[in-house]
Amino acid sequence: MATKLNIKDKYRLLTRDLDWDFDYQDRKEAFPQEDFEGIKITDWSKWEDPFRLTMDAYWKYQAEKEKKLYAIFDAFSQNNGHVNVTDARYVNAIKLFLTGVSPLEYQAHQGFAAVGRQFSGVGARVACQMQSLDELRHVQTQVHAMSHYNKFFDGFHEFPHMHDRVWYLSVPKSFFDDARSAGPFEFMIAIGFSFEYVLTNLLFVPFMSGAAYNGDMATVTFGFSAQSDEARHMTLGLEVIKFLLEQHEDNLPIVQKWINKWLWRGYRVLALVAMMMDYMLPNKVMSWKEAWEVYFEDAAGSLFKDLARYGIVMPDYVETIAKEKEHLSHQAWWIFYNFTHASAFHTWIPSAKELDWLSEKYPSTFDQYYRPRFELAAEMEKAGERFYCSGLPQLCQVCQIPMGFTEMDNPTLISYRDSVYKDDRYHFCSDGCKTIFDDEPEKYVHSWLPVQQIFQGNCGGADVETVLKDYYRINMGADNMEYAGSPDDLRWKAWKGVA
Amino acid sequence: MSKVYIALQDNEESRYIIEAMEEDNPDATVIRQPAMIRVENENKLVIRRETVEEKIGRDWNVQELHMNLITLAGNVDEDDDQLTIEWKQ
Repeated sequence: MATKLNIKDKYRLLTRDLDWDFDYQDRKEAFPQEDFEGIKITDWSKWEDPFRLTMDAYWKYQAEKEKKLYAIFDAFSQNNGHVNVTDARYVNAIKLFLTGVSPLEYQAHQGFAAVGRQFSGVGARVACQMQSLDELRHVQTQVHAMSHYNKFFDGFHEFPHMHDRVWYLSVPKSFFDDARSAGPFEFMIAIGFSFEYVLTNLLFVPFMSGAAYNGDMATVTFGFSAQSDEARHMTLGLEVIKFLLEQHEDNLPIVQKWINKWLWRGYRVLALVAMMMDYMLPNKVMSWKEAWEVYFEDAAGSLFKDLARYGIVMPDYVETIAKEKEHLSHQAWWIFYNFTHASAFHTWIPSAKELDWLSEKYPSTFDQYYRPRFELAAEMEKAGERFYCSGLPQLCQVCQIPMGFTEMDNPTLISYRDSVYKDDRYHFCSDGCKTIFDDEPEKYVHSWLPVQQIFQGNCGGADVETVLKDYYRINMGADNMEYAGSPDDLRWKAWKGVA
Repeated sequence: MSKVYIALQDNEESRYIIEAMEEDNPDATVIRQPAMIRVENENKLVIRRETVEEKIGRDWNVQELHMNLITLAGNVDEDDDQLTIEWKQ
């Protein structure tokens, strides 16, 4: 009887032995993108896949995960799970997820399929293939989970269309466009490190735990199911960095530059997650600041100590980020509060209890800088003068977030940076975004900036309302505006039998 | 000192994996949060197949961990008998 193969042998046979030699084609021509970024690979066989997952085991476990997941989706919808969430305000976080994040999973699926093709090492190709399939599974399961909410709430109906057009969704979209228009190795660092290690870990772990705490069984289940793949992706992201650094010393400055760039790019996208955690979860698990400390400062602190043996140092601007954790979610929510008429989800002033929670979690900033603002806005709302900003915001050329973030040594002063390139002036929200632009201006002068596009007349209307209605496909008065009194609010109250 | 951690979904299988981890990593800290359980330790955590099998009362393949895994931090090494998560510094 043949003996059962152990994991390591099986991985070797079912991965490495699937490679073939090129006898009538030049290997370099078969993998034309492998050199131009300046990365030097001397020996692909040194590539390590720590989980040693082979395709047969991959299909087996993924199929089991799917069966569990879809049984829960069925139970959720058959039992009207949407009425069991803590408060319908919460559903707005899920709208932002579907329009802002799920399409990124699809971009990741396409991106890994594309870059996997470009690596001449078979280990990397197999890992990219699995990740590409994982990401396709993620977008599908997320769409399926949220299709139940689409039957009962506004704002879900046009998510891929909106993702491609709406101003705040250009923040996550342009992050991925940036990564996918880079070379294959930069893509691996951008997505494997920044998106998986930094971004999804904060989105899929503390936020999903929050979804569970708010009664959203469908979301926590797809979240944790996706994150079980992300654990593998994060490990891969780390392996890519180590592999590149071990291959050649000339790779170090290139990898360091990418880490610096993509940490900042990923962190800026997380502004959306910060406000989801602090403002959009009625039952709170932990604050954005606490989540950042646990999932970035502790975890990445350890990671960078580990990478120090290769000469990698902590990325630029971690000190700025450390200061911003006291401010980020409040400033982001304030931007959306001002522009809710142009958004496909609702905003609101936190309740008295929620304001107290924010004061408690942000003792050194909230009462001083943010509470008075929310209290004034609440008073105006009470007087029938709910404030909406009627102008269009200036956007950062790199992260595409409206210029609403402040200087950290003076949180009442908006942070502006600019650079002149070929006689045109470009604007940035931060030193981080300015540095990224200055390094690759030819790339970022091509940014598709929603506000500029509206002013140039490329968004199908002469006034904002037409742009929102026809170009964004926002159902005016239903998807957008203040939560209180919205159709979502009224339906929720009718289901719950409250006035 | 650097912390490694692993988070598992809070369910009936993870319960035994966590018990096994507590036994094999006596200094580890177990933190229970909504829907998930996080185990952290200084520098190293190990999940041993034998200990999990003893707790769960059946054969257990180390790769079954993927079913309940949420996230982890550290360098991973996996073979037939155990999964190790470690920072090397």
